[in-house]
Order: sequence, then C-alpha cells, then structure tokens
Amino acid sequence: MADGSIGLWTVPLAVLGGAIRVSTPFLFVSLGECITERAGRINLGLEGTLVMGAMSAYGISYLTGSPWLGVLAAGITGALLGALHAGICSLPRVNDVAVGIALMLFGTGLAFYLGKPLIEPTAPRLPAIDFGWWSDLPQVRAALRINVLFLIGVVLAPILYWAFRTTRWGLLIRTAGESSDAARAMGHSVLLIRLRATMVGGFLAGIGGSFLSLFYPGSWNEGLSSGQGITAVALVIFARWDPLLCLWASLAFGGAAALGPALQSVGVTSGYHLFNAAPYILTLAIMIITCSPKRTLTGAPAELSITR
Amino acid sequence: MDSGRISRRHLLQGGAALTLGAAAGLRPAFAAETTIGFIYVGSRDDYGYNQAHAQGAAALKKIPGLKVVEEEKVPETDAVEKTIESMINLDGATLLFPTSFGYYNPHMIKMATKYPKLRFEHCGGLWSDKDPKNAGSYFGYIDEAQYISGIVAGLTSKSSKLGFVAAKPIPQVLRNINAFALGAKSVNPKATTQVIFTGDWSMPVKEAEATNSLIDQGVDVLTCHVDGPKTMVENAARRGAFVCGYHTNQSALAPKAYLTGAEWNWEALYPKFVKMIAAGEGIPNFYRGGLKEEIVKVSPYGEAVSTEARKAADEAKAKFLSAEGYAIFKGGLVDNKGKTVIPAGTDRGQKDPELEKMDYLVEGVIGATS
Repeated sequence: MADGSIGLWTVPLAVLGGAIRVSTPFLFVSLGECITERAGRINLGLEGTLVMGAMSAYGISYLTGSPWLGVLAAGITGALLGALHAGICSLPRVNDVAVGIALMLFGTGLAFYLGKPLIEPTAPRLPAIDFGWWSDLPQVRAALRINVLFLIGVVLAPILYWAFRTTRWGLLIRTAGESSDAARAMGHSVLLIRLRATMVGGFLAGIGGSFLSLFYPGSWNEGLSSGQGITAVALVIFARWDPLLCLWASLAFGGAAALGPALQSVGVTSGYHLFNAAPYILTLAIMIITCSPKRTLTGAPAELSITR
Repeated sequence: MDSGRISRRHLLQGGAALTLGAAAGLRPAFAAETTIGFIYVGSRDDYGYNQAHAQGAAALKKIPGLKVVEEEKVPETDAVEKTIESMINLDGATLLFPTSFGYYNPHMIKMATKYPKLRFEHCGGLWSDKDPKNAGSYFGYIDEAQYISGIVAGLTSKSSKLGFVAAKPIPQVLRNINAFALGAKSVNPKATTQVIFTGDWSMPVKEAEATNSLIDQGVDVLTCHVDGPKTMVENAARRGAFVCGYHTNQSALAPKAYLTGAEWNWEALYPKFVKMIAAGEGIPNFYRGGLKEEIVKVSPYGEAVSTEARKAADEAKAKFLSAEGYAIFKGGLVDNKGKTVIPAGTDRGQKDPELEKMDYLVEGVIGATS
C-alpha cells in the first residue's frame, strides 16, 4: 500500500512476530524447568534466575563488548543458582517449592542490586538473522528478524523430546522423577541426578534471561521480566512435561502477548485490558478444560512434591 | 501556614547561614540539618520519570546542611505510608516528596493529617481546600513541551502518522497525548496520532510490542508516556523511526532518531522550594508552571529536525514564554468521538483545573480511553 500501512494484516503479523520475539524466554525457561521437573524437583526460582541471567548478560556484554560472552555468563549464573537450589534441596526434609520461592526473591533482589549501574548504559546486542529478505514489506522483514537463540530453542525442544525417550541420561532423569527408589536400586544417586538436572535447567533459564536484555526488548531494567519466568514454570504443567508441547505453548504465549498492542494499533481499542491479559486467560482456560478430578495430571512425574 | 514551623525554623536558620556564607564566599552547612525524603515508584535511574525526580533530589544534596533520604520501588499502596513513617521516625525527615501519582490520595493525605507539623509535597496531585494545609501538590505543564514535540513530529513525519505509547488513561497522560496531537495538527492538518495503552507504568515487553505494532501501521514518529522511555526509544530507532523523548533527555540512546523531547526540570524547582521555605514564605499548596516557570523544558533539537520544524517549534515556544502565555486547549475542541468537549469561546488556559480532569482524546487521536 502506498502509505506503508498494511491495515488489518498487522494483527496476524504481529501475533506471528510476537510469537517469535516474545516466546524465546518462555521457551528456554520452560525447557529448563521441564528437565528439572522430569528429575522430580520443582524449581520455582527460575523467575529469579531469568532476571539474574538478564542482568549478568547485560553487564558482561557491556563490560566485554561481546554479547555472546554475556549469554555464556547468563547461563553460568543460572547454573550456579540451580546448584544452589539443588544443594539446599538435598538437605533432609527441605521443601523444594519453598526454596524456589526464596530463590526467586533472592535472584530478583540480587539482580536489582547488582544491576543498578547497568540501567543507563547501552550494551552491545545480539545480532539477528534476516529471514524476511524475500519480502518487500518492511513489516514482514521486521517480524522475521530472528535471533539465533530462538532457533537454538526450537531445535532444542525436539532434541530433548528424543533424549528423554531414547538416551541413557534421559532414562535416568525420568527414573529419578518417577521413582527415586528405582533409581537408587539401579545404583545411581538421585540427589546427583537432580543436582545436574536443576543446574541444566538453571543454565537454560539464564540464557532465556540473556535474550530479554540483549535482544528483545533489548535493555536491562527492573521491570524487564514482568513475571515471564513464573509464567514459564506454569507453562511446563500446561505442556504436560513434554518439551515439544513446551515449544508450542511458548509460541502461543508469545503470540498472545502481542495481541493486545496489535489490536489497539488497528483500532480495536475497547477492552484492551482484557486483551493484555490474553496469556493468563489462555492458561486458565486450558487448565480448566484439561483438568480432571478423577486422575492426576497425565505426564506428571510421580516424585514431584505437588503430585506425590 | 502555622504548620511546618519546626522545619521552617530549621530551614530559616540554615537559609540565613547560607545567605551569609554565600556573601562571604563560603558554603557553610545549614545550622540544623534538615532531612528531606524522596519516594519513587520505580528505579531512580530508569531514564525516565523517577530519574527526573532523582536529578532534582541530587540538586538538593549539593546544598550544604540538607540531607536527602531516598527510597525506590515503593508501590502505590499502604507501602508508601510505611515508607513515610519510617522516613519521619527513623531518619527525622521534615519535608517529604512522595513523587508518584497514586501516592496522593488516600496515602499522603492520611500521613499529612497524622503529622501536621511536617510538610508533604506531592507531584501531580490535585490539592484542594479540603486537604490538609501542610500538604501540597506541584506539577509542571509538560503538555507545553509535548505540544512542541508534536509540532516537530508533525513536520518530520512522512506518513503523517504519529504514535504514542502510553501507560494508563489517566488525565495527565491524556493531556500529553492530546497536546502532542494538537501540536502536530497545528502544522500538519493531516497528522493523526495513534495511541496504545500498555496498562502499567513499566511493561518493557508490551512497550516494545506496542512500538513495533505502531511502526507496522506506518507510524514513523513515536513518543511515549511510560516510566522508562528507553525501551520505546531504542526499539523505534532500530526500526528506523524517529522519536520524541519524555521525562529526561534520551538523545544519547538514539542520537540519529531523537528529534526533541518533553523534559522535567525538577533540578531547578526543588532548590527553589527549599529557598521558599528558608525565606519563610512556605511553598504554595497548589504549585503549577510550564516552560515559562522553568518547571519543564524541551530537549535540544536533533540533527534530523528540519529548519522549517525548528522555526515552527521556536515560534510556539516563544508564545508559551510570552507574558500572556498560550492556551493549547481552545474553545470549540472536539474529541475523537465527535463530542464538543470545550464549548466555543471558552479557552482553557494552562492553569484551568478542568484540564487536570481530562477524560477524552481529541479529534485526530486514534484510540480510546477505556
């Protein structure tokens, strides 16, 4: 069109673009949490890990000039927070949900404290790959500027799905999650398996955070996560502990987050609070549709403290 | 005012000492140290609303004898009352600045009633005779600066489509949107301003999505009214759109894309307040002002601003600075639903309190308040 507007097409395009742009943190956190929960532990602290990851990635990228070092730093920070969670949970009679909540507050608080001097400076961002080169429309090109982390996440989901089913360590994680007695009888340390699973989960969540601060929205500030970490943890239950479903759920949440602003931009202005709440309404709706009083959630690891 | 006597006496002594010291070329401390408390709703270095206030607080810190205590990220709930109590009882604060809109009623009013000898200054509230005498509200007519931003935006835009990323449809935000739109329309009658509400003061992901959606709609100049404009400024600049800043100067974030911006000038106002107390006048309970009173300012023009736009903006600025001032909201104003909101013949000058109850978007704005 002559004036560069694409009218109502903005909405599906924004939802698609949003699914790609906004979903990545959801995807990484939910895949990480999927691994942790499959091993029989819930780490609610991933919200804190996400925020710490975002802060450390921004800080390292700013100090070293290399955003990729920032991503690595975010992963390591996440793994350390995961180790802390697993370490505390290894002690007898410690509730992992309570520890998770404590670590969520600890992670966000520490990130805000350490991140104070990072709000003003601008750090180098992660590059994007232009997948929209075939289109003349700037809108399409912008929607298809995709970050490598998103692609890694998309590839990681089927790999995890495959690994849980067919590899030895996938079996070990599932055994630890379904029956710790069986894992012990096989001669494995359940605590060690869970430690590793929580660290890997934290690593991925940290990387999810680096996407927030280094790609989209692309700067560090204290409102950055606005609860995305905790939403992603809920998303794992919603996705029935299945990495492939985590991928679809993350995309749906990303798209839903873009719906509110996109509808306002084409003139659907009434009830924008409702559209802004779309991701949460989606969660509630699916939870209500799929729950049943007669059985436990399908796919729930038997050792999880919420199902046990 | 008979309230606030203790603080005023302290400040009087200090002020006298300060004047004497200044005369002698010295910078002695206030005779008795006065503590001033600042409360922010967000982070004080957010490149935005809170940073603007923190810069004002920093200007006070430079005055010897004044001690400034600050607390950030205080929600607009009972939490602010607790913060005020602790600033009074633990730090000995005698002058308090709860700076966020939602702090005013009931929280600050309640505290002002409880501590009648202390002084409370709220940014943005609408003080009326029914409120305690030791409370006050001050605000700047930043819509004047927004109007000038609108002129620059209207003359820079190629598509004549402007975008506004807003937090909530409260009167101050609506007034900014309307002033920006009217400024743009004054020089470019075709100009439309599309507004997207994100729902809260700091929602970086929503702000980025709103920015992208607006640009997808063909918008090529954006501004905002959220706590931290950094997200909008950076994301819009990445997409090749121009931006007008808000709260503070964000030109460092996007030097090529930054046209101009509406900024607060609290670092000029707060020392003025302290001087008023020291001089024994007290701060007027209802304090307002715009460009002329140096409560707000306009960012220096960016390199992308044409000579024509500079000229038009400077002319408007001169009108605001003139003795008679300039009314943005003139009689015969129609909202975007076609209703006449200001009857013909009655210009609403800047100081008109009716404007602080604004609940409409003017013709030329695409969007709705609910």
